[in-house]
Amino acid sequence: MADEAPFQFLHNEVIQYIYKSADSGDTEHGGNISTLENMGCRVGQGLKRPLTKDTARFKDELDIMKFVCKDFWTCVFKKQIDNLRTNHQGIYVLQDNKFRLLSQLSAGKQYLEHAPKYLAFSCGLVRGALSNLGVKSIVTAEVSVMPACKFQIMIQKM
Amino acid sequence: MSRQSNRTTDSKKMNSELFTLTYGALVTQLCKDYENDEEVNKQLDKMGYNIGVRLIEDFLARSSIGRCQDFRETADVIAKVAFKMYLGTTPSVSNWSPAGDEFSLILENNPLVDFVELPDNHSTLVYSNLLCGVLRGALEMVQMAVDVRFAQDTLRGDNVTEIRMKFIKRIEENLPAGDE
Repeated sequence: MADEAPFQFLHNEVIQYIYKSADSGDTEHGGNISTLENMGCRVGQGLKRPLTKDTARFKDELDIMKFVCKDFWTCVFKKQIDNLRTNHQGIYVLQDNKFRLLSQLSAGKQYLEHAPKYLAFSCGLVRGALSNLGVKSIVTAEVSVMPACKFQIMIQKM
Repeated sequence: MSRQSNRTTDSKKMNSELFTLTYGALVTQLCKDYENDEEVNKQLDKMGYNIGVRLIEDFLARSSIGRCQDFRETADVIAKVAFKMYLGTTPSVSNWSPAGDEFSLILENNPLVDFVELPDNHSTLVYSNLLCGVLRGALEMVQMAVDVRFAQDTLRGDNVTEIRMKFIKRIEENLPAGDE
C-alpha cells in the first residue's frame, strides 16, 4: 500500500544515515545498532494505536505475548507472528516468516550481514510498546534466511 | 461504515502514526548529532533527496501517470496525486508567478508535525525540510531541476504551511554511450 511507503523509505534512509555518519568499520557497528534500537524504542513508546485493546484484561505474561503476536504485529507489521515459542521462564521467540521490513532487502542469504541493521529499529519498537504495557524487556532479532526472522524477547523482572 | 473500510482507515492511520513518530525520532537524533539548526536542515534536505530519487519510481509504478505537459500539470500531480497517495493530504496549488515557473503548495495540515512543538532554542529549524529534498530528488529524476523551500511553517507560528517550488531548468537526459 502506498501509505506504507513513506515509513519504509524513511526507515531505510535513517539506517543509511546512522551508518554513514559513523564513518566506521566494525567497531562502530554495535553503537549504531544501539542508536537504531533506541530510536525504535522511542517510537514504540509513542505508538498509541496498536494498544486500543483493553490492556487491563491481560491475565498474565503469556497473554501479553499473544497480544504482541496477533494484534500488535498485525497492526504495525501487517500480519501475525507465524510461530511463538517460550521456555515459560520469561524468554519468548517470535518467528515471522515474511518480515515486512526485510522482504525488500532480499530473499535468501544475499545481504545477510546487513539484516541486523534492518531489524534494530523494530526490536526497539517492540521493546517500547511492551514498556507501555508495563513489561520491561530486552528484544533482539536474528535472521538466517530472509525474509524470515526470529525476534527474541527476554522479560526482565522489574 | 463497513468493517473493511474501518480496517483500511485504521491501517492508514497506523502507517501515518508510525511515519510521523519515526520522523520525529530522526529529527531529534539529528539535533543531537549536529551543532546548529542549519546543519540539521541541510541533512534533512539531503536525506529527503535520497528518498525522493527512489520514491519517484514507486510513485510512477503506482500511479501510472504519464509525462506531464508543463509545470502546471506537474504541480497538480504533486498536490492531488502524490501528496494524497503518500501523506493522505491534498495541498492546494496557488500563488503562481506571472511566468508560470513558480508556485506554492499550501498545506492546511502537515502530517509530519502532529504533536510536534519546536523548543525555543530551535527557532531556525525547518522541521519538515525532508519534504523539500524529496520533491527536489523526485523531480530531478524526471528531468526537472527545481528549487524547493518552506515559505511558511505552522511550527514557526504561521497559519498555514507553504512550500514554494520554482522551476530552474530542464535537465537533459544523459544517454549512455555505446549501443542502445
